[in-house]
Amino acid sequence: MGAKIKQVEYYLPERILTNEELEKAYPEWSAAKLEKKVGIKQRHIAGPNETSLDLAMNAATKILETEDKNLIDFVLFCTQSPEYLLPTSACLLQAKLGLRTEIGALDFNLGCSGYVYGLAIAKGMINSGLCKNVLLVTGETYSKFIAEDDISNRSIFGDAGTATIVTYSEEDMLGEFVLGTDGKGAENLIVKGLTARNSYILQNNERPTLYMNGPEIFNFTIETIPPLLQKVLAQNKLQATDIDYFILHQANKYILEFLISEMCLDINKCHIDMLNYGNTVSNTIPIALKDSLEQGRIKERDKVLLAGFGVGYSWGATIITL
Amino acid sequence: MENFICLISEALEMNSEQIDKEDEFRNYKEWDSLAVLSLIAMIKQNYNITIPRKDFDELNTVSELFEYIQAHR
Repeated sequence: MGAKIKQVEYYLPERILTNEELEKAYPEWSAAKLEKKVGIKQRHIAGPNETSLDLAMNAATKILETEDKNLIDFVLFCTQSPEYLLPTSACLLQAKLGLRTEIGALDFNLGCSGYVYGLAIAKGMINSGLCKNVLLVTGETYSKFIAEDDISNRSIFGDAGTATIVTYSEEDMLGEFVLGTDGKGAENLIVKGLTARNSYILQNNERPTLYMNGPEIFNFTIETIPPLLQKVLAQNKLQATDIDYFILHQANKYILEFLISEMCLDINKCHIDMLNYGNTVSNTIPIALKDSLEQGRIKERDKVLLAGFGVGYSWGATIITL
Repeated sequence: MENFICLISEALEMNSEQIDKEDEFRNYKEWDSLAVLSLIAMIKQNYNITIPRKDFDELNTVSELFEYIQAHR
C-alpha cells in the first residue's frame, strides 16, 4: 500500500506587480539589485475581490478537466488567508467544485511548510484506508496582509493557488517524512489583528498586517534546514548523490544559494526559480514541481527531495519518486 | 581584524579601504535589508555562528561585531 502524486496544477492571479512599478513608488529602492540578489522580477497579486479560495479553485478546476471529480474522496486545503474565520474553506471548495458530499474536507493553517505537511497527511490517510484520492490544494494571498509602505515584504511575496491529486498506489512513491516545529519563532513572522488574542477587534479601521523579522527567519533557516536535509536522507536510506533534483521552498534566491553552498549540493540539481512569482508561501513547491516536469528537468522515476520551512516556525521534508 | 574587514567589504560589496573598525556599519549607504542577510551569511560561513537579532541590534561598530564573534566562536 502506498501513495503517489498523480497530477499538479497551479493558478496565478492576472494582476502582475513588476519591480519597475515598485521602483517608481520607492525611488530609493533598486529593482536591479532585487532581481540580481533575491531573484524576483515580478509577482502576481490577487485582485480586491479575489481570494485564496478563488485561486485554489481555479487550480483545482484545471485538474478536474482530466480527473473524474467523483473519484475525489478527501479535500485538504492549506491556507493562512482563509475565506472566512468559519466555515472551513475546504467545505466551500467542495461545494464550488461540485464534489460528492460523502467525502471528508478540512483546512490546515500552515505557510511555507504546508505542502510537505499536506503530502504527509494525504499519505497517512491513504495508507490507513480512509480514502484513495486526495485533492490537496494550497491557496495564499499574503498581499492582503502587507502594508502599502512595506517595500521589503511587497517585493518578496506573491499570491497563487495550486492543486495536487495524491492517489492510492501499489508502490509507495512518497517516501519517509521528517517534520519539525518550534513555536518560539512565532513572533518573527506573524499577522496580528482580527484574532482571538486581539478580541477580534481592529483599531481605527486598520487591516491585519504581516510582520516579518527577516534576519531571524534567515537565522532559523540556516540553522534548521541543513540538518533537516541530512535527516530526511538518512530516514530514506539515501545519499545526497542519489537525489535527482532538490526542490526547497522558494523563499528567495539569496537564501537558496546560501543553503546550497552550505550543504555542498550540485546547484544544477537544485530548483531556483521564483523570478516571475516571488515567494508564494505554500504554493512554491507544487509550482516548482509542475514547472520542472513541464520543462523536462525531472522525469518519471526520478527521486526528488522536497523541503518546506518558515512561519511557525514549522518545517518538513520528504523524498518522492515521480 | 584585517581579514574581518575584508570579509565585511565583500559581504556589503564595498572596498575594504572604505571600512574602518570604528565605523557604525548601519550608516553605510550600502546598508539595507539585504546587507543584513549578507552579513549573517558571511558570519555563519566563516565563523559558524548565528547572532540572535536582539544581540545583533546592540552591535553598532565593525569592531563590536568582531569582538562579539570572537567571544562566541
